[in-house]
Formats: sequence, structure tokens, C-alpha cells
Amino acid sequence: MNENSLAIRKFSDLANPTRFLGLSALVLPWLAVLSAVLLAIGLYLSFTTEGDYQQGETVRIMYVHVPAAWLSMMCYTVMAISALGTLVWRHPLADVAARAAAPIGASFTLLALVTGSLWGKPMWGTWWVWDARLTSVFVLFLMYLGLIALNRAMDEPGKAAKASAVLILVGFVNIPIIKFSVEWWNTLHQPASVLRLDGPTIDPEFLWPLLVMAAAFTVLFFTLHIAAMRNEIWRRRVTSMRRQAARSAGREA
Amino acid sequence: MMSHAAYVFASYAFAAVILAGLVLWVLVDGRNRRRELRALEEAGIRRRSQAGGETK
Repeated sequence: MNENSLAIRKFSDLANPTRFLGLSALVLPWLAVLSAVLLAIGLYLSFTTEGDYQQGETVRIMYVHVPAAWLSMMCYTVMAISALGTLVWRHPLADVAARAAAPIGASFTLLALVTGSLWGKPMWGTWWVWDARLTSVFVLFLMYLGLIALNRAMDEPGKAAKASAVLILVGFVNIPIIKFSVEWWNTLHQPASVLRLDGPTIDPEFLWPLLVMAAAFTVLFFTLHIAAMRNEIWRRRVTSMRRQAARSAGREA
Repeated sequence: MMSHAAYVFASYAFAAVILAGLVLWVLVDGRNRRRELRALEEAGIRRRSQAGGETK
């Protein structure tokens, strides 16, 4: 057996929900502690670093706004990879992953929208404008809500899986639009200042708290996602056991 | 017109509400599902894959 097929076998071992439950039980407490520690350091840095010479205190909104916005896009990317897993490899956990991620993604998107609004009012003088960046993120929020609604509307997880996987992949076109909207169109929203080809243009005073908060949000996302996936596996087990109980009760009668 | 500090406070308060809500949702949902599973198992219902003697 070569190394490649061994790696594939290890990966497909993870596809077994029972094994996933066992492994995730080991990993979850560490992830939870790590996200709490990172969040504590991030919050400390967010409030101890200096304010901006133009924006004053409001620059601190960036430390929650920007990580939330990054996570809203990363969560959708995780869902798109899961959708591929459902459609191409029929990975049994792929649909569980996509379904568990949707409410978390919607929450981070809402957080990005609201904190952006709270930042826009003092700095731009308006809560909201329909520019390309804000509109495309709002569309992302609506897509999350649509996917949650679709999953809830269908009783059979197997049927909902395919439909929502196709919808997720179609909607993925929005992610590059969000990312590059500030370059392609003239927006009130500023262009990227961290994730750019020529390196960050943001002052290190602001970069550090931002990066630590981004790391905290990322670890927190994976903690929540893994926990939500466990819940989803249990939910499906309960459903199938209830169905089985009903079937055997019918047979006895 | 709110002071700048009020906007900062509102942002962090909203973030706290959203994140705490997510954590609480995941914890409560997990607890309820595990309770349902336990009740079903106590009623003697097993998943088909468990029939072979697998415990969980």
C-alpha cells in the first residue's frame, strides 16, 4: 500500500460518523479553551492599543467587524467544499457539515453587517448605503437564510442534501464578488488593507489586535462548527430511531 | 448624536450577544439531542448498525 492510498483510507475513516463523534469529543475541549484564550488576548489588545488619529476610538469596531466579515466568507467556503463532498464523493459527513455551518455563517454575517453599520454612522455619516460591498454581503446573508429555510422545508435529509449542495455551489459566485467588489466598483467601503498582494498597508498598532481577534474568531468558528455537526449527527440518529420504533410498533399491532 | 464610545460599546455588546447566543444554541441543542437519544435507548430501541453489538 502506498502512502497516498493510506492517506485516503485515513480520510475516509473520518467519514464514519461514529468515529467522527469519538475524535471530535477529544478535540473539542482543547479548541474551546484555545478560542477562549485567544478571545481574551484579542479583547485585551483591542482595548489597550491606541486609537486612530483620524477615527479615534471607533477604530476598535474594526477588531470585531473585520474578523466577522472574513468568517462570513470562510464559512461559506467551508460549505461550498462540503457541497462538493456531497455531490462528488457522497461523503456521509459532508451534508452534515454544510447544514451545521449555515446558522453559524448567518450569525457572523449579521455581526459583520451590524458592526459595519455602527461604524458607518460615525465615520461615513450613514448607517447604510447600497454600494457593491454592502449589497453583496447583504445578499450573502440572504443566501444563508435561504439555505437554512430550504434545509428546514425538506423532511428527508438525503433529498435536501443534493438540492442545498447545488444551491451552495451556485451561490459561491458571490464570494469573489464580495472580495473584489471594492476594486471593481466605486464603493463607499474602503478597499482591502490586510489581505492584499503587496502586503498589509495597515499600521502594526492595529494589525496585531486584528490578527489575534481573527484567529480567535476562526478557532471559535471551528469549535462551534464541530459541536453543531455532532448535534446534527445526533438529530439524524434520533429521527431514524424514532422511525424504526414506529415501524416496529406498526408490525406488532 | 451618540458619542464615539457608544458606537464602540454597541458593537462589542452586539458581538457578545451573537457569540453567546451561538455557544448557548450549540450547548442546549446538544444536550436535548443526547437526552432524546438516551430516552430512545432506554426504551430498547437500537439503530440497525448497533444490532451487531456495537455500543455507541
